[in-house]
Amino acid sequence: MNFLFEPLTIVTFFPLLGVLALLLINSEQKTAIRWTALVTALLAFVISLWAFFFSGQYDVAAPGLQLVAKYDWITVAGWNIRYYLAADGLSILLVLLTTFLTPIAILSTWTAIEERVKDFMIFFLMLEIGMTGVFLSQDLFLFYIFWEFTLVPMYFLIGIWGGPRRMYAAVKFFLYTMAGSILMLLAILWLGINLDTFAVPELIGKVPAAAQMLLFVAFTAAFAIKVPMWPLHSWLPDAHVEAPTAGSVILAGVLLKMGTYGFLRFNLPLFPEASIQAAPVIGALAVIGIIYGAAVSYAQKDVKKLVAYSSVSHLGFVMLGMFAMNSLGIQGAILQMINHGLSTGALFLLVGMIYEQTHTRELAVYGGLWKIMPVYGALTLIVTLSSMGLPGLNGFVGEFTILLGAWGAGSGSYGSVWFAALSAIGVILAAIYMLYMFQKMFLGPAGEITKHHPLHDLNWREIATLLPLLVFIFWIGLYPKPFFDLMSPTVDELVKLLSAAALR
Amino acid sequence: MIPVTYYIIFSAVLFSLGTLGVLIRRNSLVIFMSIELMLNAANLSFVAFSRIHESFSGQIFVFFIMAVAAAEVAVGLALIVTIYRSRHTIDIDGMSSLKG
Amino acid sequence: MLFSETTSSGQFFGLVPWIVFAPIIGLLINIFAPYLVRWLNQTFKTELVWSETATGLVASLAAGATFVIATLQLISLGQHHEGAIIPVAEWIHVGPLALDWNFRVDSLSTTMMLVVSGVGTLIHIYAIGYMHEDVRFKNDVGRYNRFFVFLNLFIAAMMILVSGDSYLMLFVGWEGVGLASFLLIGFWYDMDTLGRPSWANSNAAKKAFITNRVGDFGFLIAGFLIFSYMGSFQFDTVFAAAPELAHAHPEILLLITVFMLIGVAGKSAQIPLYVWLPDAMAGPTPVSALIHAATMVTAGVYLVTRSAPIFSLSHDAQYIVATVGAVTALFAATIAVGQYDIKKVLAYSTISQLGFMVAAVGMGAYVAGMFHLVTHAFFKALLFLSAGSVILGLERGHHHLAHGHHADHAEVFDPGDMRNMGGLRKQMPVTFWVYMIGTLALAGIFPFAGFWSKDEILLDASRHFPHVYWILTAAAFLTAFYMGRQVWMVFFGEARHEAAAHAQESPLIVTIPLMILAALSALGGFMNLPFAGFHNFAHWLEHTLGEIEVLGLDFAVAGISTLLALVASAFSWFLYLRKPLTSGQPDPLKKPLGLLFVGMENKWFIDEAYQHFILNAYANLSKFLAQTIDWDFWHEWFHNSVIAKNFVGLTRFLADPVDLGVVDNLSKVLADWVQETSQTLREMQTGYVRHYALSVLVGVVAILGYLLLVSR
Repeated sequence: MNFLFEPLTIVTFFPLLGVLALLLINSEQKTAIRWTALVTALLAFVISLWAFFFSGQYDVAAPGLQLVAKYDWITVAGWNIRYYLAADGLSILLVLLTTFLTPIAILSTWTAIEERVKDFMIFFLMLEIGMTGVFLSQDLFLFYIFWEFTLVPMYFLIGIWGGPRRMYAAVKFFLYTMAGSILMLLAILWLGINLDTFAVPELIGKVPAAAQMLLFVAFTAAFAIKVPMWPLHSWLPDAHVEAPTAGSVILAGVLLKMGTYGFLRFNLPLFPEASIQAAPVIGALAVIGIIYGAAVSYAQKDVKKLVAYSSVSHLGFVMLGMFAMNSLGIQGAILQMINHGLSTGALFLLVGMIYEQTHTRELAVYGGLWKIMPVYGALTLIVTLSSMGLPGLNGFVGEFTILLGAWGAGSGSYGSVWFAALSAIGVILAAIYMLYMFQKMFLGPAGEITKHHPLHDLNWREIATLLPLLVFIFWIGLYPKPFFDLMSPTVDELVKLLSAAALR
Repeated sequence: MIPVTYYIIFSAVLFSLGTLGVLIRRNSLVIFMSIELMLNAANLSFVAFSRIHESFSGQIFVFFIMAVAAAEVAVGLALIVTIYRSRHTIDIDGMSSLKG
Repeated sequence: MLFSETTSSGQFFGLVPWIVFAPIIGLLINIFAPYLVRWLNQTFKTELVWSETATGLVASLAAGATFVIATLQLISLGQHHEGAIIPVAEWIHVGPLALDWNFRVDSLSTTMMLVVSGVGTLIHIYAIGYMHEDVRFKNDVGRYNRFFVFLNLFIAAMMILVSGDSYLMLFVGWEGVGLASFLLIGFWYDMDTLGRPSWANSNAAKKAFITNRVGDFGFLIAGFLIFSYMGSFQFDTVFAAAPELAHAHPEILLLITVFMLIGVAGKSAQIPLYVWLPDAMAGPTPVSALIHAATMVTAGVYLVTRSAPIFSLSHDAQYIVATVGAVTALFAATIAVGQYDIKKVLAYSTISQLGFMVAAVGMGAYVAGMFHLVTHAFFKALLFLSAGSVILGLERGHHHLAHGHHADHAEVFDPGDMRNMGGLRKQMPVTFWVYMIGTLALAGIFPFAGFWSKDEILLDASRHFPHVYWILTAAAFLTAFYMGRQVWMVFFGEARHEAAAHAQESPLIVTIPLMILAALSALGGFMNLPFAGFHNFAHWLEHTLGEIEVLGLDFAVAGISTLLALVASAFSWFLYLRKPLTSGQPDPLKKPLGLLFVGMENKWFIDEAYQHFILNAYANLSKFLAQTIDWDFWHEWFHNSVIAKNFVGLTRFLADPVDLGVVDNLSKVLADWVQETSQTLREMQTGYVRHYALSVLVGVVAILGYLLLVSR
């Protein structure tokens, strides 16, 4: 039973205690349920902070996997499947992002979710377990289980508490992700059977070059859909538009990052040769995604859809940076994952807050909101600016580092000047659609809703929901050093591995 | 000493009467009484054989049968009363809801 | 940490980060104080008020503090010409990239700090009075506080821009001022310039931000090139590496300057990105004065001056920059001639003057460019603020009328339209006199500030780039002409609207900053007189820019430009004042110039062209991508029709013919047989008790018979 007391086991499975507690509460006692879920999520965040920073077992400066929990799990018939959790610079920020966003998302449902609160919270905490597990698993088999497990709660979150076309969206989300995962499962089984282990650290450097391309494609199928990379993004607007606010926050904030993280954790180190070969293709798709996502966002009439498409653009930056394969690009990409989680998460929260009051997301009926809701307007402005990459806020640090990496300015040079230059156009386009959204909602004369609907400014709970995000938006923008420090040792190792592969 | 054959014959006649009563009559009370008749026919045979074999087993059986018959009367009459209450008749042909 | 760099001799350098923190503190106070006051009132039942005076005072004090700090830098620089670099914190350290929050104090940055904080403070004070009336005229008193928050934000961002020690930190300020500009242009976001509900102002704000972003794109690309070829963003490192690059890859150096020029064109409103500046006049007048005339728009000039070691290395780059500046100067001046709005004339004049500066720094005449930047900050701020005073005066007159005669309130009155003015020198004497000083300075009349700075530019141009000289001279002629036209139309002649007849002078809080600026506009030229021993400004900047070619006064160049200015003024007098305009009369230039004037009036239709060829094209493209490609084709057709529908079709096929036809039928046959059999059997169930009893009897008899007869 030792594995139960490993720090990372506790980090991953702590929400399960909350789920058990929730099962014991009468489903009519909504307040008690909400508080239980919130406290659980907050404790999970505290525990994750403890595990990484205060347990004394995690050395930020060390590049390798730490806090290792490694136990045999399924060993019948020569299978080497392990219960193998560990963290390093690639995963630590994403784990923290998960545990950080979950309580915020739960807080945002305080008044938005009134039906079947208990079920909602249970699914939500289960989702947290799945996401944390994805970021911590170092065994492909275990990873795959967590990866698929996240689908189930999310399916129900969309399917039960979603908008009018929720069933369509939920099924599409499920099937789309499933379709990619199946190929990945095949690749995982191939690796496990032929190389006799499922543990990622043991597989690094062992995958024969001849087999890499097919495996790379199979893994890419799963991850690219999740990211989503252009042109596999078709499920995203549906899922986002139909999902409840908290679902969208987690979907944009964390679930999409599972795709980019997958590339980082599996594709790059396991198949370095194939990654180098495929980099131009992925880079091109990323650039198309950046520009296409930005252009399509600008034409949306539904705020939530606009934000959803902007994710396609933002995650294009992440992919571009990652496949620049130098430390600037990869560190920028990881930071941009966090940034996107923060600012797009905040945007979805903001959209949800106004939707709760007006029950419409049509841009055309808004206008002049700033006059009535000054606090809401000011907060939205900050988040909007962060999302379009204003220097001094978080988005800029990520985007700039990525672009600089992609320019090939750093060490190693798979990046392309043209990719970076074209993506920089995306920065202009981001300003266009973001300002368009801000203008149509907050500036200009009062629209239909603004005139005729009784509106009130944000209350303290809503401000408290947003405030932590804003703190990080400024923090990362002004002083990102602590964040880069967390990832740089591991990324440097990864870059070394990739440059070694490039020389072969 | 009357030969046992007489008892047997008498018992057989009583039993046949009872059987005919069950099969022919429509009044459920009468059918009920016919069933009692058949039981008593069996009792008679038991007692007769008990005497011949000089064993008390037969007589003990009779007591059991009478006890069961009493219980049966109680249940049976209760059923008939209930049926009468719901259908206002005790005609056995009116109770054919089990027809396939 | 912030004071740690302080040494006994350069004692004030360590204070320089506070030049950014002071306005930030000011804006934080102004953001939170109203909430704090409200909370105090609710909790302790007090009746405190966070008044307009408090807001204005806090903001002005913050701006004043920056001026004090800038002055202290000046004092320290007097002893330590080499300046200092004050580190505050690490920023982005990734792989080869090392960026820090470092402040740079040298004579160039201190010059900018002094201009920004000095003019900025005066404008803050002016705004206390101006906004007090403006928010009442626009009917939203609550926005007073917000204005000063934005204004302080601007000062903070501008200070980062001028005091940053790397291109990236400069870029932070660069976009920061863009943000402040966006917020302030869109300050009256729910109306147009005349106060009617409209999208106009917010559109103008958006236009400014996006146009600037196009420029920022150029800046970014230049930054990438700088980093990839010179390995740093830090000024000194880059400048040290520049000569080597110029030797090895001159084409890359040229590319860097060209992309940087795109950034300059965005921020400093040069061709082809100048279009946002005239629209930016939608912002309140103090904003037009501070941001869109005196300080922010000169950031491009500052950038080129700062990058002097790069630009000086490439003659081609200098040629391109100087030509762009000169053409902009002339082009904008022609448009200014055809405008009727008092602020629009000044806006195009600003573009034109920025063209002068860009041309100057492009030619390598950095001192002349910076000199003109400083004097222009004085007189253009003065002109804008005075124009604001004129507009306030007309608004008061209109207000007075509306109350006196119960006139129709619905009448749309444009207080900025010069056709509604005339004869204001009698009603607004102070404004008139300061406006005259500003005009003389701008027109380049001896001995006002503009004369000295403009002549220095012209002189440099005549020596290095003759074609630039001729274009700039033509622009200078037009400058004097449109300023003459404006003064005659606004202050002379007869009132062409009743509001103008009843206009009232502005209060002291508005006029005192005007007087100070007027003094500076009149005397500002004396900081760099073109006589030996008086090149104070040039020597001052030499500490930063290195050896500078110092030119004396060339009487030919100065004489020609002064003569042209006088001729232009006389010409405008001839057209506009010999027979004063009457109400409703078309512009006297319309007839002789014909189509040409239509072009000037309509800004050569550049806005329309951009709208049509770029904005609409992009909007259509994005609509096409979103609706046709992404939704109809990819989402609806490919996913829903091809994949989903085919899958549904397949399932239908499996369900109907296969499953129902084959699999289901098999079991149906079985079921039918069972049913038929049971149909027969059910006949036996009659429901009659006696039938059952009989069958029991028969059964018993049969079994007994079997036992008795057969089984024996």
